[in-house]
Amino acid sequence: MSFINYSSREINCKIVYYGPGLCGKTTNLQYIYNKTNPQAKGKMISLATETERTLFFDFLPLSLGEIRGFRTRFHLYTVPGQVFYDASRKLILKGVDGVVFVADSQIERMEANIESLENLRTNLTEHGYDLDKIPYVVQYNKRDLPNSAPLDELKKLLNPTTVPDFEACAVSGEGVFDTLKAVAKLVLQELKSGR
Amino acid sequence: MAGPGMVMYEEEFHKISAVIDKLVKDANAKVVFLVDKNGQMIAACGEVENLDTTSLASLTAGNIAATGGLAKLLGEKEFSILFHEGERDNLHISLIGQRVILVVIFDDRSSLGLVRLRVKKCGEELAGIFDQLMKKAEAEAAGVGGVSPFAEITDEDIDNLFRE
Repeated sequence: MSFINYSSREINCKIVYYGPGLCGKTTNLQYIYNKTNPQAKGKMISLATETERTLFFDFLPLSLGEIRGFRTRFHLYTVPGQVFYDASRKLILKGVDGVVFVADSQIERMEANIESLENLRTNLTEHGYDLDKIPYVVQYNKRDLPNSAPLDELKKLLNPTTVPDFEACAVSGEGVFDTLKAVAKLVLQELKSGR
Repeated sequence: MAGPGMVMYEEEFHKISAVIDKLVKDANAKVVFLVDKNGQMIAACGEVENLDTTSLASLTAGNIAATGGLAKLLGEKEFSILFHEGERDNLHISLIGQRVILVVIFDDRSSLGLVRLRVKKCGEELAGIFDQLMKKAEAEAAGVGGVSPFAEITDEDIDNLFRE
């Protein structure tokens, strides 16, 4: 649910990074944070446990520049990936404008990916959203690992509707900005079409 | 989609700013700000110069969302007021008209009683303005020819944002 402010001439949009535990959602945000100009970003907030697992959410405000005299601002959020934090995950999806599903490419995490994707769909439905209708992209993270599953298998299992998808290695940053750009673009296009 | 996004117009923004500006004075508060439930800052008044208002907004919304989740688990509709007491500053958070969050930061120049009293009055006023705002936004959205200023955004405009 975007927030258009005619008074300060700003558009604010919310993007949520979703995915199974340890798939690299926080790492995506950290990379974006580290590679963005100081004037284009705000403080990154991580509500995490002592062992650096996301407890509630990470938050990173980004300013992308102007479009027709309006400053475009994106608020990036991650959800806690661990299964038992479902109540918190649901809360963070409230008012979302675009979703990135970060999949863990490792073969042994395939079931966790599928479970998380189903959970995403269910939680969106509870907020009245349909995953097939909102701006949505998929990222296959950890492509650098030797035990990663073949790309076409991942595509078949996790992206049957063939939304834009990207291979990534969030630690080194590969594919991170491509993913962000793609989802931001879809969100703006949605805004353009006026829903 | 789950309803249209929030829209803020100049006229209502000034009305809202005037109301919360008055609240800062009436409640002897340091800072007063308004956030929508999704974590977007709507307006802020008072000593905001050294405050990271964007982060405050997102954390406040997270706080309200978590408290709302707790309320539901207990069979309550919502907990409409939250109060955090610190050594120096205190935080009074209240929900207005189910969709915006009013946050008051105050220190020992004021008191919880005073803040509660002033917030209650101001809340009704704000709820009225937001009702108006919603109606206006809905009317404009339904208006002939689609008044969204973004209807004319071209793909090129969007691409330009991402040019390095």
